[in-house]
Amino acid sequence: MRRETQKTLMGYVAGLLFGLGLAVSGMTDPARVLGFLDVAGAWDPTLMFVLGGAVITNFIGYRLVLRRPHPLLGERFQLPTRTDLDGRLLGGAALFGIGWGLSGYCPGPAFASLAGLTAPLAAMLVAMVVGWFAAQAVPARG
Amino acid sequence: MDWTASLQGLIGGILIGLSATWLMATLGRIAGISGIIGTLVTQRPRGDSAWRLAFLLGLVSGPIALMLLGGGLGNVAGGGVDVTGQVIGAPAGGVPLMLAAGLLVGLGTGLGSGCTSGHGVCGLARLSRRSLVATLTFLAAAIVTVFVVRHVIGGGA
Repeated sequence: MRRETQKTLMGYVAGLLFGLGLAVSGMTDPARVLGFLDVAGAWDPTLMFVLGGAVITNFIGYRLVLRRPHPLLGERFQLPTRTDLDGRLLGGAALFGIGWGLSGYCPGPAFASLAGLTAPLAAMLVAMVVGWFAAQAVPARG
Repeated sequence: MDWTASLQGLIGGILIGLSATWLMATLGRIAGISGIIGTLVTQRPRGDSAWRLAFLLGLVSGPIALMLLGGGLGNVAGGGVDVTGQVIGAPAGGVPLMLAAGLLVGLGTGLGSGCTSGHGVCGLARLSRRSLVATLTFLAAAIVTVFVVRHVIGGGA
């Protein structure tokens, strides 16, 4: 099998695992997500277990994987190197949080829910792509 | 407390963590959805798009696989979209609200270089300071937003 084909296959497997995880955990239901964010209402702890399970599993996984000199099908691990905190990071995270709180969708669950496409979800996805293009138009030192 | 829902959350979370580890082990990439799909649609990088598209297809086929397996393996809390049984939940609002939310999520994750997966699942696992601050910021903003929508505007509904 060609190397590019292998890479594509690995990408598919990663996406499939991710999509299965979102569906099994109920994160493909905005009601679950909003139930977690609604700390003053009938609080739903599910998202805490999802994020906790994912972070701990990946923490252990990264420790094992990043000891190797390079990934299985690549020359190097492509890890972010920045450590500074800037307005773009903080402002972006705040805007994202507001959108997440309004809809109960972050990007993963929104795209993973395509099989149950509704008009509101379609609107969300199109607007998200528009937002991504808009973010690129904002200069780095804005 | 609904322990079944929590257990499903934990199992699903472990699958998501395995996905992130898998992507790092094989391709050396961070499993951040906004980065993977955002870069795909806005830049279509030559020689670096096929795995991104494949990841997106996998992401969509995960819930479909669960539907095909049947047996109510999903974990929706509210009403599901009819065709999908208990796997995919219904949107929380109409088109205008989702347009606004989508713009904010796209712009915010674009400017902030990541979302719940890139900063949350991957960044926290790397003990990244930027990701910790970003995660706390978007969690706080989302909690305040839900509080305002449900308890200030909605009057505690």
